[in-house]
Amino acid sequence: MDVIILQLLNGLDKGSAYALIALGLTLIFGTLGVVNFAHGALFMLGAFCAVTLQRILSLSFETIDPTKTDFLGNPAKVKTPYLESWFGPEMGSSIIDWSVPLAILFAIPIMIGVGYIMERGLIKHFYKRPHADQILVTFGLAIVIQEVIKQFYGANPIPTPAPDMFKGSFDFGVLLGFDPNAVIYPYWRLVYFSFAAVIIAAVFAFLQFTTFGMVVRAGMADRETVGLLGINIDKRFTIMFGIAAAVAGIAGVMYAPINSPNYHMGMDFLVLSFVVVVVGGMGSLPGAVLAGFLLGILESFSSMNQIKQILPGIDQIIIYLVAIIILLVRPRGLMGRKGVMED
Amino acid sequence: MSNSNFTRRGLLKTSAMAGGALAAPTLFDGSVWADGHSGYLNAPTGSTVTLGFNVPQSGPYADEGADELRAYELAVEHLNGGGDGGMMNTFSSKALQGNGILGKKVEFVTGDTQTKSDAARASAKSMIEKDGAIMITGGSSSGVAVAVQGLCQEAGVIFMAGLTHSNDTTGKDKKANGFRHFFNGYMSAAALAPVLEARYGSDRTAYHLTADYTWGWTQQESIQAATEAMGWKTANNVLTPLATTDFSSYVAPVLNSGADVLVLNHYGGNMVNSLTSAVQFGLREKQVNGKDFEIVVPLYSRLMAKGAGENVKGIFGSTNWHWSLTDEGSKAFVKSFGEKYGFPPSQAAHTCYVQTMLYADAAERAGTFNPCGIVEALEGFKFDGLGNGETEYRAEDHQCFKDVLVVKGKDNPTSEFDLLEIVEITPRAQVEYAVDHAMFAGGELGKCNPGA
Repeated sequence: MDVIILQLLNGLDKGSAYALIALGLTLIFGTLGVVNFAHGALFMLGAFCAVTLQRILSLSFETIDPTKTDFLGNPAKVKTPYLESWFGPEMGSSIIDWSVPLAILFAIPIMIGVGYIMERGLIKHFYKRPHADQILVTFGLAIVIQEVIKQFYGANPIPTPAPDMFKGSFDFGVLLGFDPNAVIYPYWRLVYFSFAAVIIAAVFAFLQFTTFGMVVRAGMADRETVGLLGINIDKRFTIMFGIAAAVAGIAGVMYAPINSPNYHMGMDFLVLSFVVVVVGGMGSLPGAVLAGFLLGILESFSSMNQIKQILPGIDQIIIYLVAIIILLVRPRGLMGRKGVMED
Repeated sequence: MSNSNFTRRGLLKTSAMAGGALAAPTLFDGSVWADGHSGYLNAPTGSTVTLGFNVPQSGPYADEGADELRAYELAVEHLNGGGDGGMMNTFSSKALQGNGILGKKVEFVTGDTQTKSDAARASAKSMIEKDGAIMITGGSSSGVAVAVQGLCQEAGVIFMAGLTHSNDTTGKDKKANGFRHFFNGYMSAAALAPVLEARYGSDRTAYHLTADYTWGWTQQESIQAATEAMGWKTANNVLTPLATTDFSSYVAPVLNSGADVLVLNHYGGNMVNSLTSAVQFGLREKQVNGKDFEIVVPLYSRLMAKGAGENVKGIFGSTNWHWSLTDEGSKAFVKSFGEKYGFPPSQAAHTCYVQTMLYADAAERAGTFNPCGIVEALEGFKFDGLGNGETEYRAEDHQCFKDVLVVKGKDNPTSEFDLLEIVEITPRAQVEYAVDHAMFAGGELGKCNPGA
């Protein structure tokens, strides 16, 4: 039982990352009708916003320490962060320690800007082109973005730790009456799950309860009619692209302490997220979220030793297997609407 | 030999050389290489000789590949008489004079392995056929090393492996034209096990997470055998797909398994991510079976330790070489490399530099670039002064035997390079094994192939 609870928590955690990326993908597909293969790169850019802010906050000046030597035997250069010099060692190191949460504020305007530039500069030229062209151009863009990041940050993963207060893990086992250590889960992963839930709720609330959201939803349902009413739907859709980019970006920021960011991390999530979108139903926001969590949980359970002993290698194919079954039974996905990508 | 997948031009060239070889039947007979510059593939005819450096320039090991390339460039500079000479000054063999190899200036071409076997073979093939590379060297993966070694054997050029740690490279997949200076999984395990016993006792239960490919399998097999020999038990061995990025599903069940040690048979990004997950789950703060829970990473690399950040502190592993060694060879190499590039070399850079020097020295001593001459010169070659103490290229499997370093993640690093501290230098005798050891069984070294 404790193992099942543990994998359920893992599944919710994985699922929240899938759901956040799939939500952004669906927002873009639902509004602009574009299949955006660069969405994983936006997730990766978000993680590198965290890396960048950490580096900015850690900017240091060098002093020579004659008592120490470097690897060549020369007097060692000691680095002291400006923040520690300005605000004192304790305050300065605390600010650096909180660089990941602070990076959310840093990433939002950057990601909205990146999304806006992407949409206006490149993607709008492909609205009337076939989906295959859109996939090719956005996939190419993703490769360009990842190579640029590699050029500046290298290919190695870059450690981007969570604040000290979130290190360690919470013992659910004791709460649920199990032995200590039976069900433990890292604090930061719990933060990530809660954060994802808040972002998903905020996106839905924004679309459901604001005039802007109402117009966007109307535009998703019938773009032409909304346009005939004199509403500039294109402008709103561009803003939605920026919002979708920001959602992917802050998902990446918060993911940085879970796995050290590297230039390839977007691609690792991209294919899975597309499967999530297809399983959830193209264009369906609740479907994307539901499928994200469902596939995350299934992937976690399939990694259990007990399951792998019966079905070796199942952890590598489970998502695709489930996708095939769901698409055979419900060709439009779990919550897909009639008419989407069917013309 | 099969050249069926080579180009027409390559085939014609090879055939012409085969004809030449037939006309001079004594050429490969004995150790006298009277005509040093003909009768084999890509025999250099002008005043230069071309080496092929096949390293990951893209993909997840690109940073390690970049460091390998730096080392190769430094080696070429030293061979051609530039710089301060580096380890040429400390090398026990004095055949190299700083005037290239056999009087020919050393030039090089590079290929990108992408850490993919097919891409690595394609780039090696291109360097052999189009650029006339006489030797191929480099790489950061055992899968790539085994693939390229096989290609070089077929083509008839020497392969001086880069970073490859699978037992199979000089075990079941060994080839006469291939040579490995780097250590292997068996050696890591043999060096680590006594240190682990001394620190953690002999009553331990290990849980293994293992990368699901040739290196992971042989590393796991080696460390399990070595730890069980000293009394440890093995709770489980879980194979993890190479493409895994989030290891939480694999790490989460560890604490309930009854194990009190987690062995991460992972390298590169896998190691960074699995170790990060294990630390996030608080494994290192837990107690199991009345003992502190411990994590072991059998193969360490400084570049990977950097990626894992402070998670490596206090964690034991092994490494082929480390820049903090104080022997004359290591100091000379660190000085040359550090002054040229501004930071100390990695173990990958070290092994690549050494392999280039060993190849060049073998050619000088043999008096030829003929692969069969090189093989003869390297087999059983004993040397010193290249950073690992007394070393021998064993004739039977082309594996270098030397001391192995057991290291630990440093608790208080003084710089971004100062991440590992040497705990013990395990003597060669402790990590040596018989040629017919079960973990290296199968496969034949075969005969050298000069490509003609």
